[in-house]
Amino acid sequence: MISAHSAPEFKNSVVRWIDRRLPIFTMLHGEYIVYPVPKNLNYFWSFGGMAMVVLVVVVLSGIMLAMQYAANTDLAFDGVERIMRDLNYGWLLRYVHMNGASMFFIAVYIHIFRALYYGSYKNPRELIWILGVVILVLMMATAFMGYVLPWGQMSYWGATVITNLFSALPVIGEPIVTWLWGGFSVDNPTLNRFFALHYLMPFVIFAVVLLHVAAMHQSGSNNPTGVEVKSQEDTITFHPYMTAKDSFGLMVFLFVFAFFVFIAPNYMGHPDNYIPANPLSTPAHIVPEWYFLPFYAILRAVDFQFLWLVPAKLGGVLLMFSSLLVLAMLPWFDTSKVRSCRYRPIYRWFVLLFVVDVVILGYVGGKPAEEAYIVIAKLATLYYFTHFLMITPLVGWIEQPRKLPNSISESVLKSV
Amino acid sequence: MNKLLSLAAAAALTLTSFTAYAAGGALVPPEMPWPSVGYFGAFDKASLQRGLKVYTEVCSGCHSLRLLSYRDLGDLGYSNAEVKAYAAEYEVLSEPNKDGDRVLIQASSADKFVSPYANEQEARALNSGALPPDLSLIVKARNRGKGNFFANFYDMLRGRGYASGADYVYALMTGYGDPPADVEIAEGMHYNKWFVGNAIAMAQPIYKADPAADGTPGTIEQQAKDIASFLMWASEPRFEERRAMGTKVLLFIALFIIVLYMLKRRVWRDVH
Repeated sequence: MISAHSAPEFKNSVVRWIDRRLPIFTMLHGEYIVYPVPKNLNYFWSFGGMAMVVLVVVVLSGIMLAMQYAANTDLAFDGVERIMRDLNYGWLLRYVHMNGASMFFIAVYIHIFRALYYGSYKNPRELIWILGVVILVLMMATAFMGYVLPWGQMSYWGATVITNLFSALPVIGEPIVTWLWGGFSVDNPTLNRFFALHYLMPFVIFAVVLLHVAAMHQSGSNNPTGVEVKSQEDTITFHPYMTAKDSFGLMVFLFVFAFFVFIAPNYMGHPDNYIPANPLSTPAHIVPEWYFLPFYAILRAVDFQFLWLVPAKLGGVLLMFSSLLVLAMLPWFDTSKVRSCRYRPIYRWFVLLFVVDVVILGYVGGKPAEEAYIVIAKLATLYYFTHFLMITPLVGWIEQPRKLPNSISESVLKSV
Repeated sequence: MNKLLSLAAAAALTLTSFTAYAAGGALVPPEMPWPSVGYFGAFDKASLQRGLKVYTEVCSGCHSLRLLSYRDLGDLGYSNAEVKAYAAEYEVLSEPNKDGDRVLIQASSADKFVSPYANEQEARALNSGALPPDLSLIVKARNRGKGNFFANFYDMLRGRGYASGADYVYALMTGYGDPPADVEIAEGMHYNKWFVGNAIAMAQPIYKADPAADGTPGTIEQQAKDIASFLMWASEPRFEERRAMGTKVLLFIALFIIVLYMLKRRVWRDVH
């Protein structure tokens, strides 16, 4: 392997001066220029970088919006419209920010799918995976609180429904909800603290992303074969190869982003959020943003008491948090020695089936809780947990994996 | 094959997740050919001006338009003097004068559209308890789509934006009539084919009128089209700016994608 820590000779004397005292340039050189990556990475490996870029875009547009926004129930709705109508390029900032949240989730969900399919969560990358799930949870909290800020109908009622979940906890539930609200309903104090936390959380996300990336640079990237790097033959340097490839992928991603911002900025939003929040009028269907729908379906799937002990609401809440917990524990449910589904003839179909299951959950999550949808939601929820707790360990034991290539280079040469 | 499968799965994951917003069981109004939709559409200024006239003479009796400023009307093709004259028809409370009194003065271009009511209570009191909604965002707030994922996705690709909200406004304006024999409408309510539940508090607002000054017929359909266009514009007055910039941005990115693809091919020439 190329030594990532050989100090290069910097031509610029200022750079040299700083680097001798604080070797950030040596570090960047090691981690982003000569850093060795498997040479067979496909475009699925570009989505982590894309998510990082969207995070930066959303934070920058968010800081500028915060300079114009007033976290007050009397001002928030009209204030956001003032940004849309009277502030120069205010519409651009706001549409970039709100579609940026959706694009962040799109990038991250594809990034997660890639890890599932190619077994990137397995030894020695379990911690990278767990940090990834932590990032997902932080993203959800941030996006949820951000959605409350325009103070439309869905902002208000979404906040009411989700904060009310905590009231399911026995004994301490009600006091916790009052404490979260800062009163006896979602109101001005709630909006104020959500704004403060919505501004804070992205920086927490940045910190965890840093750990996620640092852990990734420790074990190196996985690759489509799932076979570890064996020699320098198997790798290329990050620059110029990955920088060129990722730039192309990123630009395609930005095209889709720009399409939503400029052509269909409200497509992923809900029309009711253009109606000011009204505590006296409940919308016919309260639906969260699209990226929460699978989890929302799991939450609503429990409409029965469990073992005379756990009431339905608490059951739903516990199940929803468990769905993220089992995701985080996946490295220990997977018993297979082989990483990549490319060499796992049975499990690959189950991974794809799992994706279909999540899509079904998302679909019913957006539908009213009516008869057929409830049954589908229950079955799909059951399958979600079956996938992690039973199918994944069992298939790992039963399955006869295909013969792995001896090295990445061998697999690349064979396919050419 | 492997790649294709996984790509298809990823695409399915991203696309099919956006299914949340079906039109709650309500009838889906027919699609109207709005000139502003599509990638190269533009508002018909004459129609917007006629729509403002409908708002001024009919809607504004009960409905506010509180997020719009008089100066925004410049975008409809009016001169500053015309905008000033329009605003001067309305009165707003002045800042406190030397004696500390606030008096009614003529509105200026910088003012927001004056509401027909002092407050919500007055609005309800004068409308037998019902609150006529503000119309500033009505088209975006009624943009409920067509009730199925694929139709909505197709509309998104066609660049229809929030046009389904305008479809609804048009349908509502033209949907009054006698209720079918099996439908009973309560006292003080009116039958409308397109309203959820079919009973609406608002009486039929638009009737046949004389042709406009430019010879446009004064049919209910024509006036409904004009007011829907006007409210579509009022929902997002920066819409044309957005789309003009969008065309340039998308074109730039498309070209840059080609350049980056060629660069990638060149850099990777010697790998394998």
